[in-house]
Amino acid sequence: MPSADFADIPGTVLFDAQQARKGYWLNQFCMSLMKAANRTRFKADEAAYLAEWPMSDEQRQAVLDRDMNRCLALGGNIYFLVKIAATDGISVQQMVGRMTGMNEADYRDLMLRGGRPIEGNRYRHEWSSHKGPGG
Amino acid sequence: MAQVSATVYTSHVPAIGAALDHGRAAEPYWAPVFAGYEASRAWLRENPPDVVVLVFNDHATAFGPDLVPTFAIGTGESYAPADEGWGARPVPVVQGHPELAAHIAQSVIQDDFDLTLVNRMDVDHGLTVPLSLLFGQPPAEDFRWPCPVIPLAVNVVQYPVPSGRRCLALGRAIRKAIESYGDHLNVQVWGTGGMSHQLQGPRAGLINPVFDHAFMDMLTTVPEAAAVIPHVDYVREAGSEGIELVMWLVARGAMPERADGRAPTCVHRFYHVPASNTAVGHLVLTP
Repeated sequence: MPSADFADIPGTVLFDAQQARKGYWLNQFCMSLMKAANRTRFKADEAAYLAEWPMSDEQRQAVLDRDMNRCLALGGNIYFLVKIAATDGISVQQMVGRMTGMNEADYRDLMLRGGRPIEGNRYRHEWSSHKGPGG
Repeated sequence: MAQVSATVYTSHVPAIGAALDHGRAAEPYWAPVFAGYEASRAWLRENPPDVVVLVFNDHATAFGPDLVPTFAIGTGESYAPADEGWGARPVPVVQGHPELAAHIAQSVIQDDFDLTLVNRMDVDHGLTVPLSLLFGQPPAEDFRWPCPVIPLAVNVVQYPVPSGRRCLALGRAIRKAIESYGDHLNVQVWGTGGMSHQLQGPRAGLINPVFDHAFMDMLTTVPEAAAVIPHVDYVREAGSEGIELVMWLVARGAMPERADGRAPTCVHRFYHVPASNTAVGHLVLTP
C-alpha cells in the first residue's frame, strides 16, 4: 500500500486501490454523466437517479449535498466527481475552490496571486500549528 | 528510417480548451497563456511532424473503475473527442497511425514493456488540449489536425502509478522502436500534463514554481535525476495532480542522445500561473 508514505501530506486523499474499491459505484455513477440523456435524467430527479446505483446512503447524500470533500473520503476521485460539476454547469475552478472552504472570488484571487504557496502546506503538523491550510 | 526530430512538453488544462472553444482566448486572463505558445506554433509550422506520439493521461473518460491500464497505446484508425460532461469539444476527430503504432507495440512489448493495445477510445482534454495549444484551431474549411497522432495513455489517476524511471525507460524503448521503422517519418513525441496543481481537498490550489522550474531544468539536462523523484515528492511538492509530470519523462526518454553527450537544445520554454487551478509549463527540445 502506498498510502502510509503519503499520510503526512495535509488535505490530500490518495486514490489507491482501497479508495477505488470503496468508491467503485460512486465513480461509476459519475461516469454515467458523460451521456447527455443521463445528465437530463439526473437533473430531473437526483434522488431517483442515485437510487439506481448500488452506492451507500452516505455516498448518495454526499452527492446530493455536493459535498466533494465527503465524496473524496468515500472513495470518489476528482476526475470522476468533476462530471457532477459539468452536469451542474459549473467550472472546474468553481468546484475545486469549494473544497477549500473559500468563496469563489477569494479562491480565484488566490490563484491569480500565484496559487497556494508550498511553504506551510507540505506536512500535516504545519497545519495543526496554524489551524488549517496556508493560503 | 523514422526519427524522433523533437520532443514537446505541455500542460493540458481543460479550461484552456474551454477558453478556446468559447472564444475567450483574447481575454486578459487567457491572452498570456496563448501568447506563451505563439513561438512554438510558428516553429511547428516550419518543422511539421509527420506523426505525433502523444503521451497523455485519460481522466476517467475512456478508462474508469472497470479498467486501469498502466500504459496503453492507441493502435486504432481514429479517436473521437469525448463528452466529459460538458459535451464534446468542437475539435476534429484524431486520426491515428495504425501501422507505426503496431510497429511500436511490437518493438516495445518485445523489449519487456507490457503495453495495453487500444483500438477504440474517445480522447479527452488530456490529448486534445495539447493539439489545440500547439496546432491552433483548425479552420472550418479544412477541419482536421495537421498530422496523425498515436495516443499513449499513462495511468496517473489510480495508484499504483508507474515510476519516473519506468516512464523514462519506456520513452527510450519507444525511440528505439521509431528508429527501426521502415518508412521515413519525422516523428515528434509529446509529453503532457502537470505542472504543479492540486484539484482536491482543502489543499487545492497548491502551486510550486520552484519545483516546476527545477523539474524543467532537470528534465532537460539530467533526465536520470528527474526519473528518480519519488511519487511522494511529486504529491507533496507539486500537488496531488502534479504526479502527471511522470509523463514528461516518457517523452524525454524518446529524445535521441547527442553524439557529443550534451543536453538537447531548448527551442522554447514557457511558464505561467495560473490557468484555472494549474501552473502551465511548456518546453520544446530538439536533439
